[in-house]
Amino acid sequence: MMATKKISEKEIRSLLEEVKDPEIPVLSVIDLGVVREIKITGDVTEVIITPTYSGCPAMDVMSENIKKMLTAHGIGNVKVTSVLSPAWTTEWMSEEGKRKLKEFGIAPPHPIYKKKIERLFAPAEQVQCPHCNSNNTHRVSEFGSTACKALYVCDDCKEPFDYFKCH
Amino acid sequence: MNSLIAYTLHLADNALILGQRNSEWCGHGPVLEQDIAITNISLDLIGQARNFYQYAASLINHSDGTAANPASEDSLAYLRTEREFKNLLLVELPNGDWAQTVLRQFFFSQYQYLLFQQLQFSKDEQIAAIAAKSIKEVSYHLRWSSEWVIRLGDGTRESHDRMEKAMNELWAYTGEMFEPAGYEKEMAVESEKIKKEWNEKVRQVLEEATLTLQPASEKGSVFMHTGGKNGIHTEYMGHLLTELQYMQRAYPGCEW
Ligand SMILES: [Zn+2]
Repeated sequence: MMATKKISEKEIRSLLEEVKDPEIPVLSVIDLGVVREIKITGDVTEVIITPTYSGCPAMDVMSENIKKMLTAHGIGNVKVTSVLSPAWTTEWMSEEGKRKLKEFGIAPPHPIYKKKIERLFAPAEQVQCPHCNSNNTHRVSEFGSTACKALYVCDDCKEPFDYFKCH
Repeated sequence: MNSLIAYTLHLADNALILGQRNSEWCGHGPVLEQDIAITNISLDLIGQARNFYQYAASLINHSDGTAANPASEDSLAYLRTEREFKNLLLVELPNGDWAQTVLRQFFFSQYQYLLFQQLQFSKDEQIAAIAAKSIKEVSYHLRWSSEWVIRLGDGTRESHDRMEKAMNELWAYTGEMFEPAGYEKEMAVESEKIKKEWNEKVRQVLEEATLTLQPASEKGSVFMHTGGKNGIHTEYMGHLLTELQYMQRAYPGCEW
């Protein structure tokens, strides 16, 4: 049995800054907004997370890595619980996270043009190219390399790029 | 088995089986972007299925806490037999060509979208949460598949003919969505409302796609296949499960 160290929620939060999304390694679980709550009850530390997309395979890895990170820092009795409601939205992504995404070459979500399901062939969201900042871009596909991304191409610098979909 | 468990399994099975079918396109899509699109849809559906199976497993274990082998999402997906699956016949049909896959996705996503709109206000909190979570993804599926139905229907002679053929193949499997099974009746889902809205939306898209609804269906007299919701499947289902369940059947309990 591992000795349990007293640790504050703030300290746990800073440890979780080090747990990254395996598919977008510049984003931590905090940046991504999947950590809903941290509960410390007696010697049990519970981290409550919420999945981004129902089928996101990275969620299991993140949950496992949260446990490993906290355990490695002497926190015993770590529980990671996943809750679905309320559903995760890209609005929970931190400003810091959006900045890091852009630096990484992925256009961050921006909710200016919310899609309306009633309209077919609705105009795609206007997305800024993360490489040259041009707004002259177009969508190649609504589905990209992972569940959370769409595929765009810049009509100025001609570079293809991923857009983190507004969800 | 109580109605809530049966209903949760029905929702899970629909998602899993369509997810499995769509995943067959992996590496075979008509172009790379669409290969990625259909497999992403697959992933979303399998994710939904996992959420419903986990919930069903907790309900089963709660109602029978003494079982030697408690139910889990894996046991429900991999160790039930054909007769125990409650999915719609529509989702188990072979993929056919791209037109047929796309049209089926459209029929199903339109249905799922309307259904989840109701279920997100379900009295059952977990069903409501899963529906609210999933509806965002279903919106993408619906938009994507509607666009493809229009693009192909109102496309070339060849693509139009293929869509017409897909219509003929699939239409008779759409009625089952609106025929509530016994376990659905207790779920306070308004099937008639969904049916009406589904027909309106589908008609709009088909019109834009220059596709014709079969005349008989206008009078509601076309024959509709049913049975899947109660475990009576087409012959394709057994073959599908053989592939889906192979690993767990051959190597029980295997993990990687
Ligand atoms: Zn650019």
